[in-house]
Amino acid sequence: MKKKIIASILWSLVFLLFPLVVRSSYYQHLVIIAMMWVVIGSSWNLLAGYTGQVSFGHAIFFGCGAYTAGILVTKLAVSAWWGMLFGGIVAMAVGLFVGWVCFRLRGPYFALATLAGGEIFRLIATNWEGLTEGMVGILIIPSFKSKLPYYYIALALAVSCILSIRVIMKSKWGYYFVSIREDQDAAASLGINTTLYKSISLLVSSFFTGMAGAFYMNYMAFIDPEVVFSLHFISIMAILVGIVGGVATIWGPAAGAFIMVGLQETFRSAFFGLAPKWVSQAHALVFGLLVIFVIMFLANGIVGDWPKIKRTVFRVRRPV
Amino acid sequence: MTIFIQTFVSGILIGGIYALIGIGMTLIMGVMGIINLAHGQLMMVAMYITFVLFHFLHLDPYISLLVTMPALFLLGMFLQKFLLNPLMKVDSILPENQVLMTVGIGMVLAEIARFIFSSDYKTVKTAYSSSAFFIGNISFSLPMSVAFFFAVAFTGALFWFLIKTDTGRAIRATAQDKDAATLMGINSNRITIITFGLGSSLVAAAGTLLIPIFYLFPDIGGPFTLKAFVITILGGMGSTVGAIVGGVVLGVAESLGATYVGMGYREMIGFVIFILVLVFLPGGLKRLTRI
Repeated sequence: MKKKIIASILWSLVFLLFPLVVRSSYYQHLVIIAMMWVVIGSSWNLLAGYTGQVSFGHAIFFGCGAYTAGILVTKLAVSAWWGMLFGGIVAMAVGLFVGWVCFRLRGPYFALATLAGGEIFRLIATNWEGLTEGMVGILIIPSFKSKLPYYYIALALAVSCILSIRVIMKSKWGYYFVSIREDQDAAASLGINTTLYKSISLLVSSFFTGMAGAFYMNYMAFIDPEVVFSLHFISIMAILVGIVGGVATIWGPAAGAFIMVGLQETFRSAFFGLAPKWVSQAHALVFGLLVIFVIMFLANGIVGDWPKIKRTVFRVRRPV
Repeated sequence: MTIFIQTFVSGILIGGIYALIGIGMTLIMGVMGIINLAHGQLMMVAMYITFVLFHFLHLDPYISLLVTMPALFLLGMFLQKFLLNPLMKVDSILPENQVLMTVGIGMVLAEIARFIFSSDYKTVKTAYSSSAFFIGNISFSLPMSVAFFFAVAFTGALFWFLIKTDTGRAIRATAQDKDAATLMGINSNRITIITFGLGSSLVAAAGTLLIPIFYLFPDIGGPFTLKAFVITILGGMGSTVGAIVGGVVLGVAESLGATYVGMGYREMIGFVIFILVLVFLPGGLKRLTRI
């Protein structure tokens, strides 16, 4: 218990002081993006890891959040920061609709339905030019020059997301979620309204993902449908973040987010300029290979498979 | 009225090809219980093979069917044997590992194609690419019609294979009940490998048939994967007859949508159908026909 408190104080000090110590805006940017992925990965994990409803379409909520923030600026001329609230709410509303359609399906079919949902939203955002500017995208003027405010906003968002999920999973809801994942029919026969609790899980998940999307709009100041509704680089990335870190663990997606952003950046920059240039051209290829590798060898993630990793890598054997 | 009939005809012609793509996916779906999200990317591979054969050996696309179909059959068997089947033994909390694996395979295939051929658009221009013949007022694009008849022939051959041969029967048995089929002495591992190869070679045929009409780029697979997926949902999971009907319905709906709603929404028609089916007819056309 004492060890846990000390560890959490240390971790919070590290994250609070990081941008003050590391002044390079490049590394600050990477950590900000990783924090954003902590939010998306954790909320994906709530729906997929804990409730067992594997979503291949988290880009829906991310994109809706981002577009809400962007449209608030271009159409209503209010600050994009309102999008942090309204983006989450719009994403929730969309989540309600997505759930109404997709919760008729189970297992892999649910996954595929959400995947199709993501493509539908991408096409709508591309074609509804009156609202979304279509492929031109939305460009806003960022509020801050320095990365510091963004850093602390992202940190606050990530921490509040993880803590809320922790609270939810410690409550009765959490038990309902896990029981639905383990056996939906058994859960229903015990009197759990499975559709209701799946929807609750989806709503919480979509709310945080929408907020992350709105944050992305504020931070990057530019979005277009191919970026925020991307199947590979949002929906699949969210799954990878969850799986690499470890599904159904609180800290797994957080670890996964830092690993995935780090890996992606390493390859994108061709090992920070050390490797030949073709490595950076192949970064999407590496991303795909990573998907295959992770599923084959790390199906339960770094946090989930930690005992196994300890055994094989560090040769630590526990007395039987 | 002419416009309507013209739209309808071109919808049916493209629908035949969609059906070929959809059947490949629904076969895999039936036997393995998962949707192969690398389906369109496999088609893309076949299209690039055709492109290379045409470009360097000046081989007619219809002759290169003899190369692409076996090649993709082998590729499909390889993927199933070394990437998908081993996953059955990995236990994890989430059962969707295989689906995610196919997504990964699809990405890798598309990126390899981009690496070799770059993102440029390629075309295979044959003498007959833009020729057409007329019946009354209605024009029939020649390559589309040829592709349609090939698609019908392949579908017929597939049905013969599934109904008459032992392997075909084993595939159907595995699709109906894997455990029972295994108890009857069917090596279900081998059947999944063959089925994946078969599905891949069907989609390879579709890709090769489409190439005189479509231009080619590494990301062409994605939209076709999604089309195949919509067809599978529309037809009913694992139903081959449903896939044929679903393919034609999607083709017609897309052409009608492109003519009367707007070109930009062409891709979306499929998804609208998809949602309508999920909401009003879960289980797809299979529920109506019971095949």
